[in-house]
Amino acid sequence: MIELNQSNEILDMFEVMGSVEAGMQQYLTFELNQEDYGVEILRVQEIKGWDYVTPIPNTPAHLCGVLNLRGAIVPIVDLRLLFDMPFKPYTKTTVVVVLKVQDVTQRTVGIVVDAVSDAHNVHPEEIQPAPDFGEQLSTEFIAGITRMDDKMVMLLDVDKLLSSEQIG
Amino acid sequence: MSIDVSQFHQVFFEESFEGLDAMEMGLLSMQEGSPDAETINTIFRAAHSIKGGAGTFGFSQVSEFTHGLETLLDQMRNGERDVSQQAINTLLQSVDVLREMLTAVQQGAEIDKASAEMVSHELEALLQSGTTAASQQEAEAPVLTKPSGWHIYFKPHPHLLQTGNDPVRMLHELAELGELSVQMESSALPAFSDLEPEDCYLAWTIELRGDVALEQVNEIFEWVEGDCELAITALPDEADHKPAEAEVEAAHDEMATVPAAVAPNPAETKKVTAETAMSSIRVGTDKVDSLINLVGELVITQSMLSQLGENFDPSRLQQLVDGLEQLERNTRELQEGIMRIRMLPISFAFNRFPRLVHDLSAKMGKQVELKLTGEQTELDKTVMEKIGDPLVHLVRNSLDHGLETPEKRRAAGKTETGLLHLNAYHQGGTIVIEISDDGAGLNEDKILSKAIERGLVASGESLSPEKIHELIFMPGFSTADVVSDVSGRGVGMDVVRKNINSLGGSVEVSSTAGVGSTFTIRLPLTLAIMDGQTIQVGDQRYIIPLISIIESVEIKPGTVKQVTGKGEVYSLRDEYVPIIRLYDLFNLTPRSDRLEDGLLVVVEFEDRKVGLLVDELLAQQQVVIKSLESNYRKVTGMAGATILGDGTVALILDISGLLTLYRNPPQQSAAKTIRAA
Repeated sequence: MIELNQSNEILDMFEVMGSVEAGMQQYLTFELNQEDYGVEILRVQEIKGWDYVTPIPNTPAHLCGVLNLRGAIVPIVDLRLLFDMPFKPYTKTTVVVVLKVQDVTQRTVGIVVDAVSDAHNVHPEEIQPAPDFGEQLSTEFIAGITRMDDKMVMLLDVDKLLSSEQIG
Repeated sequence: MSIDVSQFHQVFFEESFEGLDAMEMGLLSMQEGSPDAETINTIFRAAHSIKGGAGTFGFSQVSEFTHGLETLLDQMRNGERDVSQQAINTLLQSVDVLREMLTAVQQGAEIDKASAEMVSHELEALLQSGTTAASQQEAEAPVLTKPSGWHIYFKPHPHLLQTGNDPVRMLHELAELGELSVQMESSALPAFSDLEPEDCYLAWTIELRGDVALEQVNEIFEWVEGDCELAITALPDEADHKPAEAEVEAAHDEMATVPAAVAPNPAETKKVTAETAMSSIRVGTDKVDSLINLVGELVITQSMLSQLGENFDPSRLQQLVDGLEQLERNTRELQEGIMRIRMLPISFAFNRFPRLVHDLSAKMGKQVELKLTGEQTELDKTVMEKIGDPLVHLVRNSLDHGLETPEKRRAAGKTETGLLHLNAYHQGGTIVIEISDDGAGLNEDKILSKAIERGLVASGESLSPEKIHELIFMPGFSTADVVSDVSGRGVGMDVVRKNINSLGGSVEVSSTAGVGSTFTIRLPLTLAIMDGQTIQVGDQRYIIPLISIIESVEIKPGTVKQVTGKGEVYSLRDEYVPIIRLYDLFNLTPRSDRLEDGLLVVVEFEDRKVGLLVDELLAQQQVVIKSLESNYRKVTGMAGATILGDGTVALILDISGLLTLYRNPPQQSAAKTIRAA
């Protein structure tokens, strides 16, 4: 696991991790309630430590508020609360992953996760479709699942996960 | 050599639309029968440049259409044709067609051929209808009229032969076009001993008879222009060289590849058409220069401060204070300079009205004089874009409801021609736009009876004239006897007021029966920055737009009354003002829920006052408005967000949205978990 003492600067590390092998896709993985998730690394704009956000009244609980990201007002979503997981108080290691979301226009949205883990190369063939739980569990925002270092990682479809309807 | 001309398309379109605007303005200003030569010239040049540009870029339909137009204008320019109202109307229609064509071409869409054909038929009919001043000069219109031939004076410069051109060959080519009679002029021929065999000393006077277009003749001399003296005139009238020369000139201009032939009228240089989405702003060089100066000063201040900071000791505190003051001034000046870049004269919004009034007044059989003043008043580009439609609505309204028909005006002892006056000026941090007419004024009886009919006012209630005038801004209110296509659909003034309010402005009407009415619009100069009052509610800070605040009061015991045990009203002098406890609305924990501990900020929206209960008033400051929508969505009750001095975000309250929230409180989601920072 990567310790995140100084908020940013992590992306640089990923850059020196070498080029992506042909046909491989690179994913950033993170932890959430002891589960592992991944997002396409090209969608990641930056990673920063938790900082004060301004809450917006009368919005869903999972919307922490908005943050000043170099002059842009960026909404921050608590992924635990969006997934109906128990709330975990924010600490110094709580991380905000700022993602580029393609909606009608491109938007920038930050998600709060427990900790960022690693960057992984994944071959498209290694990705399996998300299991179908029928009515009881919606999995439409899971693009697929894959295995990394004996752990199951759920790869998220950022556009569906953070569409304007989803984050409300 | 091949050049990708598509890179010039945007420039061509912008210039063409500007040209069309100029044509429109010119046409409207032309008084029937008294053509002002300069105006016609301006119109002609605009048409000509569009034709040339369209030809260069291969927009053949546009250039073909413009050709007929140009011919007509040329005849007017040369005084061969009177400028009739009919001609002006047809020309105006042509401008519309051209604008549609260019828009279609720009968007890569199909050109609507039907309307183009209709108008070009009208143009042709006009052209055929004969010229009045000198019909024998029809020769000037090379395509549509047939000259009996051409008189050509051709005197090559001595070096012509060295350029590889041979006059004999050109004469042969001319001979192929028609019956040729040539007279050689050999007076310049020197003595044999002085004769330079490679020079050309001869000149020719040529008469070419037959059905030959000017273009064909021009084509032959195309390669020698500049290397010779050349005058081509239509045959029957040898004396008048001038028009034909103009034609030659015109033809040469067409050969220029860049459509830069637009006469660079200084007033036009900043024009951008209102119809096309204004994606770029043309900024005067003076504005850019002043910005560069300001940045220069900022850099100097910055280096001064950093030098001061390198080895700072308390004795130099005064220097630091001075430096920071200078920095503040630089920043403010730079901010103002940047804002000025976005400022455009309101003539952009006013420009469409001469045409609108011209068309509408003709349609309604009214005589209207439009007066525009204060066109140079500057206004933010964004505000300008949004104020256009409300203005059109108000102008239509004045034309339709305000001004009377000539008969009625005469009966009322007024001049037959009504006056519609658009005026703009700055007042403090706002721009004021007035639309006034000298018409009948608002019909108070009719408005009142309509309001009673609609149940907006109880019958028998007596209202002051001002209150009655206000009624026209009520939703669904229209007093037009007949629903016309001009106005009177009942979706009117309320929408106008809503749109103007959404820009942070206001609209008022004052009217005197029989004398006229005036609509006054007040708008903030810019939408990007506003004056705000920072307030504290619980642990949150919010900004209230200063413009909507009436006053802030401490609540004294006994001034608050309960309404059915739930609502609270504050008695502010003779008014009862409902109290909105912001912490309730925003689901926050206040410092104290006792009314006496907080402050009541009385705000006004659409003439309704409400009191917002806040914990504390903080600083008043200018804030830069940031959109919440660009990354999130619109939030009811919030006009946007801004960034405070400490880098955190504060939300800007939207009074109308707050009232909506207050009336329909949202379903409270489970109280937000308290988050540790």
